[in-house]
Amino acid sequence: MSQPRGRFAAYLDDLPAPTPTEVELALAQPSLANLATLLSPAASPYLEQLAQQAREVTLQRFGRAVRLFAPLYVSNACLSSCTYCGFSKDLQVARRTLTVEQVVEEAQALVAQGFRHLLLVSGEHRIEVSKDYLVRCVEALRPFVPSVSIETQTWSDDTYALLVEAGLEGAVHYQETYDRDRYAEVHTAGWKRDYDRRLASTERAAEAGVRRLGIGALLGLAADWRADVRAVAEHAVWLQRHYWRTEVTVSLPRIKPSASGFQPLVPVTDAEYVQAMAAVRLVAPEVGIVLSTREPAVLRDGLVRIAVTTMSAGSSTEPGGYLHPGEAQEQFAISDERTPAEVAAMLEAAGYEPVWKDAFALKG
Amino acid sequence: MKATLEDPLLVAGRSFTSRLLVGTGKFRSHAVMREALLASGSQIVTVALRRVDLSKAGEGDILDFVPSAMTLLPNTSGAVDADEAVRLARLGRAATGADLVKLEVTPDPRTLAPDPIETLKAAERLIAEGFAVLPYCSADPVLCRHLEEAGCATVMPLGAWIGSNRGLRTRDAIEVIVAQAGVPVVVDAGLGVPSDAAEAMEVGADAVLVNTAIAVAQDPVLMARAFALATEAGRLGFLAGRGAVLEVAEASSPLTGFLS
Repeated sequence: MSQPRGRFAAYLDDLPAPTPTEVELALAQPSLANLATLLSPAASPYLEQLAQQAREVTLQRFGRAVRLFAPLYVSNACLSSCTYCGFSKDLQVARRTLTVEQVVEEAQALVAQGFRHLLLVSGEHRIEVSKDYLVRCVEALRPFVPSVSIETQTWSDDTYALLVEAGLEGAVHYQETYDRDRYAEVHTAGWKRDYDRRLASTERAAEAGVRRLGIGALLGLAADWRADVRAVAEHAVWLQRHYWRTEVTVSLPRIKPSASGFQPLVPVTDAEYVQAMAAVRLVAPEVGIVLSTREPAVLRDGLVRIAVTTMSAGSSTEPGGYLHPGEAQEQFAISDERTPAEVAAMLEAAGYEPVWKDAFALKG
Repeated sequence: MKATLEDPLLVAGRSFTSRLLVGTGKFRSHAVMREALLASGSQIVTVALRRVDLSKAGEGDILDFVPSAMTLLPNTSGAVDADEAVRLARLGRAATGADLVKLEVTPDPRTLAPDPIETLKAAERLIAEGFAVLPYCSADPVLCRHLEEAGCATVMPLGAWIGSNRGLRTRDAIEVIVAQAGVPVVVDAGLGVPSDAAEAMEVGADAVLVNTAIAVAQDPVLMARAFALATEAGRLGFLAGRGAVLEVAEASSPLTGFLS
């Protein structure tokens, strides 16, 4: 569905690249206004300097500590069609929604590994993963999991408020891409098709009292991944300004192979990825940066020394996958297959404390 | 009665010879933290209750690494209002048996600036429940008076934004607070280098609390020792009483000395 290139696109393509002087100025005074310069190919020769500066900022703000969490997939049932996702409605894959009791069992397995911060993840199925179901999950986990967050479909009713009342700490909504046209191309059906509904969901959650907000984009989904990085940084800082009581984290996963067979429009190289993470750290020093097991071990180990403050470990992206792997479709393949204990040992060897618990039960 | 070097720091009926309080956050490992705590010579250590995991007690929880001779000062870090702070303090007392609590109410995760209104409310409630309350607070003389009147065991005004290592930015206010206070004044937060601690002690603070500056130093153990020495030096300087600050030079042997 390629369209003729517009005059503005041509203008953008012909914009002169930043000069070395401009890159150096941006490094001297990093800000949202010059994030584009820091992300540009012209800044790539300065990658080491960028990383050094980012490391300083990360240490100053977050110390030698990295928060650990685990995703707990509760369901891969989905009523939305997204061309890149292994849970997409149209795919003929093994579907499963855990019962609340099964969610508790999976959580107990994760707690036994040391985790105290859990992220409940699901596809978009408002019948199987209903408001009441999520409330019951959060209430069931509350006695033994100090920090519970969700990454589910978006909600427009009182769901967030009820979940906060049940003890929810955080909510994660990836916009996937901030490019509206591309968003419409890859989200072909279901509630997720509504770009504005999705974008507003983080605000709804904040207004309902959700304390930790996660946002992100899936790099490689849209052609201009740099624009998505900039949009995520802008969004994060905007949220911080408007909801001063909330903590904001960002995640910039690179799209991974899944049952969908989707191929990224553009690959983001490892060096570009490091550049993006370091640049975001410099322009948004107070934002937590999350890195999942989608990325390979060597990259994760490097990025934790530069910008990352929160990591998952030993993840399964399949509902029920911690106790009964192989019974349902996973969302995507992970790269870093080390156990949580191995990731913790890596952090310690690198001079960081693995923080398993940095939360307290908010209710009950 | 003039203060002397031998005067202990008195907090809630307990007596301490060290005037350096230390924190336990941001260290690269529990083992390094423990070494730094020992090197600090400190007798009071604050621990965030949100970091304590009683289900891991004896198996590597942060509390296992706190030297047993130190007095544990649980803190309510992470609480965003009085209700949460009170709730955390109760959990802390149930868990550790300590009735001391360092009250922290910080609704803004960016600045971690203490909320004066909610802090005062929480202090009043906790004191009514029998806690000895050490409130982290803004360097505000009037707020410190309110907290003292409410029955707090100390006041703990900030030297600069927590974790910022910016030094004693609130010096003018601290001087006023020290002059008026009837309870120990512990300058908490922002002290970045040992000379900052010395400065706070020189202006008359009864003690200082240091965490980030030690935890993120290249060598936390060495930095802990440096802060211990600086705290003591500052205290000595305060007790010794400084000479007058003059506009112009004054010779140490005045020209008219022969007349006497």
